[in-house]
Amino acid sequence: MSDIVEKTLTALPGLFLQSQSASGPAAAKASFSSRLGGLVRGITALTSKHEEEKLIQQELNNLKATVSAPNTTLKMMKECMVRLIYCEMLGYDASFGYIHAIKLAQQGNLLEKRVGYLAVSLFLHESHELLLLLVNTVVKDLQSTNLVEVCMALTIVSQIFPREMIPAVLPLIEDKLQHSKEIIRRKAVLALYKFYLIAPNQVQHIHIKFRKALCDRDVGVMAASLHIYLKMIKENSSAYKDLTGSFVTILKQVVGGKLPVDFNYHSVPAPWLQIQLLRILGLLGKDDQRTSELMYDVLDESLRRAELNHNVTYAILFECVHTVYSIYPKSELLEKAAKCIGKFVLSPKINLKYLGLKALTYVIQQDPTLALQHQMTIIECLDHPDPIIKREVLGEYSYLLGKETPEEVITKLYKLLTSDSISSETKAWIIAAVTKLTPQAHSSNIVERLIQEFTTSLDTCLRQHAFELKHLHENVKFMKGLLPVDKSCEDMVVDASLSFLDGFVAEELSQGAAPYKPHHQRQEEKLSQEKVLSFEPYGLSFSSSGFSGRQSPAGISLGSDISGNSTDTGLKETNSLKLEGIKKLWGKEGYLPKKESKTGDETEALPVPQENIIMENVDQIITKKDQSQVLTQSKQEKEKQLLASSLFVGLGSESTINLLGKADTLSHKFRRKSKVKETKSGQTTTAQNMTRSSFSSSSNVTYEEDYYLDNLQDRGDKEVKKFSLNSELLDSESLTELPLVEKISNCRLSTPSLFADNNMEVFHPPQSTAASLANEISLASSLLEETTEHMHSDLMEVCDNETISVSSYKIWKDECLLMVWSVFNKSASELKSANLEIAPAENFKITEQPGCCLPVIEAESTKNFQYSVQMEKPFTEGNLSGFINYQVMDTHSVQLEFSVNLSLLDFIRPLKISTEDFGKLWLSFANDVKQNVKMSESQAALPSTLKALQQELRLHVVDIIGNEGLLACQLLPSNPCLLHFRVHGDMLALWFRSSCSTLPDYLLYQCQKVMEGS
Amino acid sequence: MIKFFLMVNKQGQTRLSKYYEHVEINKRTLLETEVIKSCLSRSSEQCSFIEYKDFKLIYRQYAALFIVVGVNDTENEMAIYEFIHNFVEVLDDYFSRVSELDIMFNLDKVHIILDEMVLNGCIVETNRARILAPLLILDKMSDS
Repeated sequence: MSDIVEKTLTALPGLFLQSQSASGPAAAKASFSSRLGGLVRGITALTSKHEEEKLIQQELNNLKATVSAPNTTLKMMKECMVRLIYCEMLGYDASFGYIHAIKLAQQGNLLEKRVGYLAVSLFLHESHELLLLLVNTVVKDLQSTNLVEVCMALTIVSQIFPREMIPAVLPLIEDKLQHSKEIIRRKAVLALYKFYLIAPNQVQHIHIKFRKALCDRDVGVMAASLHIYLKMIKENSSAYKDLTGSFVTILKQVVGGKLPVDFNYHSVPAPWLQIQLLRILGLLGKDDQRTSELMYDVLDESLRRAELNHNVTYAILFECVHTVYSIYPKSELLEKAAKCIGKFVLSPKINLKYLGLKALTYVIQQDPTLALQHQMTIIECLDHPDPIIKREVLGEYSYLLGKETPEEVITKLYKLLTSDSISSETKAWIIAAVTKLTPQAHSSNIVERLIQEFTTSLDTCLRQHAFELKHLHENVKFMKGLLPVDKSCEDMVVDASLSFLDGFVAEELSQGAAPYKPHHQRQEEKLSQEKVLSFEPYGLSFSSSGFSGRQSPAGISLGSDISGNSTDTGLKETNSLKLEGIKKLWGKEGYLPKKESKTGDETEALPVPQENIIMENVDQIITKKDQSQVLTQSKQEKEKQLLASSLFVGLGSESTINLLGKADTLSHKFRRKSKVKETKSGQTTTAQNMTRSSFSSSSNVTYEEDYYLDNLQDRGDKEVKKFSLNSELLDSESLTELPLVEKISNCRLSTPSLFADNNMEVFHPPQSTAASLANEISLASSLLEETTEHMHSDLMEVCDNETISVSSYKIWKDECLLMVWSVFNKSASELKSANLEIAPAENFKITEQPGCCLPVIEAESTKNFQYSVQMEKPFTEGNLSGFINYQVMDTHSVQLEFSVNLSLLDFIRPLKISTEDFGKLWLSFANDVKQNVKMSESQAALPSTLKALQQELRLHVVDIIGNEGLLACQLLPSNPCLLHFRVHGDMLALWFRSSCSTLPDYLLYQCQKVMEGS
Repeated sequence: MIKFFLMVNKQGQTRLSKYYEHVEINKRTLLETEVIKSCLSRSSEQCSFIEYKDFKLIYRQYAALFIVVGVNDTENEMAIYEFIHNFVEVLDDYFSRVSELDIMFNLDKVHIILDEMVLNGCIVETNRARILAPLLILDKMSDS
């Protein structure tokens, strides 16, 4: 806390100055605008909830007076709105200001207006009566000639708008779909999406326009339309099958890098757009072989392409795997996807592991054998400190059952139980899992042993689970009924009112138990008792929320939820209750597990009904539960799924997604009939659109150019340079999690090395001190004589002190990279036992060249140390560090450290092949990347482009045919990469192919840098 | 679908909150307190995704500030995780070296940026230049 306050206080004067100078000359206004500063300062200095309350109440009183005062200017009003937003954000009602927010939106000038709209969107909800007062302002702004105002109006409409007033603005918004500016078209589409969400029938007539938006020449507009399509396809996928081809084409273009570069995120092309498209494809291809076949290619490409080592590519891969496993299966793709998941599961990064385990559940549903290879990892994950990981894992196990006998699995789990390294929480999970498996197992020795051991366990939770198992095990027939393997659960009825507990509750009440209080009531009481509570340490209420939720091990156990929760709330008489509860509920009609877990949920809801805190409406909760129940029912046809869902609520919810689709297709068969007419009339336009989209795909070039032109316009006067540099700085994965401020300063510090990554050091003379420069040049030239046939970098000083100066340069030999370190003895005396050592590096093999260790370096002379460097594993940037030590006057020894950056480019060599060989190789390579690059003016002619590529990237020019060129290079020791390019206008279409997956992406990146022509 | 977007610091003070489904004010504070509690209780070897009630929380820490996004089952956790970083990069670009104070003093601008990126719980724009364009125009016009 204190450091924050400190920072705040030191920063405040500057910030005040800023806001004062911005707010104009009027002194009164300046002092007023610092009110926000005062509030912010007050908030940062808070130490308790009580203080906060005092501060905000005072603030609210001030605000109340100011907003209603007649002489309050709009500028002041804007300030007030921000302060009101603050108060509401901290949880204090500021409803007196709502009407003023609407007024500000109405009367304000641009930024004031925007803040007015913002306040409205934050303060009001969809059905707030004041919202109607906004409609006129919106209509006026939609008709404004000022595009900024139009944008604001469209934004507010897509956030919050009264349903009944849609007709008032709909024609205006439809008009905007034809607007010349992409931003207006895009926001109009998003506004229509909002209308589709709140009143789908009102926008039914403009479905054709949605298709137009999908085919818009601007990426942003197209992407916006995908939100509408995802929603519509979720509801009725069969009506949009004809668009599959278009979605596939779009995804292909995105994956192939056809989008303008500023859509890239960490050099991955529009990742969120890719994910959106993959989702849509997953829905379209579900249970539909013909449609699925259309997308196999692009899915394969996506799996192949996303190999860049960045989180966001894993997000894409995950989505891709999900899609592959949602659509009609193709074994080749399934295998590739499973392999891909393997990488996730084995990753040491915990987020990836989680993603992998989640994805594994998709895999296992299709083919358990594919997951068997990950069994060990799965078992290891069982004792992971993170409960969310454990949950995924136990779900896996029930699926694996398909191939292994229950006995085998039980034996495995038992072994785990007896291991000491496992926490008791995990053990509780395992016993619960054993319980599920027991009815299917034929021999029960292990189960009996387990019961014996754990009914005497000191751990209450374990003991309870073991007792459950014991009781159930005593009545095998009953247990089998309780946990059926192949029963469909369609006729399941849930007693949501929990009436079966009434008797018990009455009995307890009569014995003096406290009556039930809803969660919020308890919370309020607690708060009123101690107001400072929420800023206290978090131990107490955390444990209850942690254990009442799904994460609780009790949550998965058989009917133990009752007891589980009561342990939390401190009731004691639970052991006897538990089995009675089960009997009463399940004794009658043959025991359905969903019913049982349902009851579990409901029981949980009793003590902690705030489960759905976000849905304040109880009806909503019930409908939601009902829905999920229906879905779960239809899903439980398979025994594996059945087991899993009773094991894991969370896992069940994962598979619910798939089911959603199924259930939907059913219900929509009826709906479709009523829509037949409409679909027919739509079909003609569809055909048109299809031709259009296929046209655009066949002539990629024009399409892309459109993207480019648009993009260039939109950029306006934005400093593109600044962007690219900044992203460069933020790029490094290791920096991402650093504190905000520190992160940037770090980047600043390491700027030289970042430039080195850009290979400036390689191709441009480095800055060195004038004194040593002359010396170095002469040095370099003397060295050149023996190595003239090779290209080499300029000499760069890596370290120095008063005695010596060490410089290094790179010689790009045909078969390796030769690093030369020149040690120059500046002093007048000789240096003894000079020794230069290079630290072993992970990705390199470093070989010392003969004659490296020198006993003596004479005064004012230079000695060279040479090392040949081979790359062992492809990487993009690496660092070679080492040190030199020597002795002066036989007395003390001095050590100097240095390091040099190496990039993949250092290992790229020209590949001299014939055009025929090029052709053969071209076809044999699987990894490719395509991209259009704009050339700078100086490079606009083909020859200069070639020269640049030849020199900067060391590509060999194989052939030139008209305006096309073939180039080849290899990554040492022998990884060829081919480049085909075509010039049209000032655009250059690049196409890389290689057997190595990372190479094309990397070279493309380098090419782009060359083309940008620094 | 994104249900809410929060910026809360280690002390449990909310710096920005945006809900994409209506939640009453008093319930918001409760939710925020619980959310930040669960984030603070995590260790570095635990993943950045937490099950919380009906949603999943995806969080990322920058200095003393947590950005927490609540999503429903249909979201891709990693995509949201990276989206958070994209958001921070945009802020960093706009404020050139963003700090917690920038966010506090410019709450309105941060909201305007977020509104360009997320609407109705959907990620609608991730292109940095396009996200900032409307705000930069507003700044320019109110300067002159």
